[in-house]
Amino acid sequence: MEIKPPVPIIPAPIWRNIKDLQEWEQLHQKRPEGDKHSVAFESITEGIHSFPGGFVVTTGVDAFLNWARKSSVWPVTFGLACCAIEMMATFASRFDVERLGMVPWASPRHSDLMVVSGTVTIKMAPMLVRIYDQMPDPKWAVSMGSCANSGGPFRHGYHVVKGVDRVIPVDVYVPGCPPPPESLLNGLLLLQDQIAQFRRTGKRAAPNAKVD
Amino acid sequence: MTHEQAKTSIGERFGGAQVESAFAGATADKPGSAEATAGKGVALTVTVPVDQWTAFARFAKDTLGCRFFSFSTAVDWKEQGLEVVAKVDNVDTGLSILMKSKLGPGVSECQSLVPVFRGADWMERECYDMFGIRFDGHPDLRRILLGDDWVGHPLLKSYAVDTPHPPYR
Repeated sequence: MEIKPPVPIIPAPIWRNIKDLQEWEQLHQKRPEGDKHSVAFESITEGIHSFPGGFVVTTGVDAFLNWARKSSVWPVTFGLACCAIEMMATFASRFDVERLGMVPWASPRHSDLMVVSGTVTIKMAPMLVRIYDQMPDPKWAVSMGSCANSGGPFRHGYHVVKGVDRVIPVDVYVPGCPPPPESLLNGLLLLQDQIAQFRRTGKRAAPNAKVD
Repeated sequence: MTHEQAKTSIGERFGGAQVESAFAGATADKPGSAEATAGKGVALTVTVPVDQWTAFARFAKDTLGCRFFSFSTAVDWKEQGLEVVAKVDNVDTGLSILMKSKLGPGVSECQSLVPVFRGADWMERECYDMFGIRFDGHPDLRRILLGDDWVGHPLLKSYAVDTPHPPYR
């Protein structure tokens, strides 16, 4: 009797055909018009920018404000699950994020960044959204770990939000389960790069093209 | 109160109860050992009729001395219906009793253990939350883990776990 070795024929996945990615395209939160501004503020900056030679002023002010913003990103201390341990390690002295100007702050009203560290349950999601809404604009969100990115190992559980981007717009996704402090630090540096791309005092840069 | 004494005592008081000891087969080669008679660390499984659920718990507490309420939960056996499970321990002699009771198909009513063990309060609330078992005599039967607006009882086998619940699920 001839024993054949199993030869699994696995077709290369086509990313567009994957159901989870279709869901992502459909359900993730977008922020197409940037942050909330007063109309007067926006019209004044647009006016200066369109004035001949005014771009010197706006780009200069942009450069200064972006430098200020990215140098003082204060994350709200908001830990949800085991990823929070790695987040705490990142905030602690060994991986010292204070050298990047990040001060973990225990109030959403003084904070710019929310690091969603851990599984978001359906019961927790309204509170998460409330904390996010309490943060003043401009604000950013980093989705940390598999659970916050997509639900992770608990994706098919009955109580798990399949990715925090279904309830708040996310700027940087940090993969890992949990991501080590180096990964989160890399994510925070990427976020600082994104913040440096702000234009006209508040328009967000277009997101990077997806790489398949 | 040893294992064997407890068995006899349960047999006298509750004729309809079915008593099993997982320890008996394991110690067939050394009957009468100190461990076997004391029954330390091994639960005596008692299956009682559903209408004697609280009565048996009271008997276990008062007569058998099982004053420590360990846990209470349920099992969904699909067509055969739900089964409630509770474990009570006698911490002095090491006797522990795993009480079980089948509610029958389609039934979700059960007597509450809260009048006997106050620690059963939150356990039965969780049991109600996850399996939808209504405990008669429970003072405060509402959901404990899931939100108040949750629909359904997710640990039932009939719960469709992956139904969309936008935007969350």
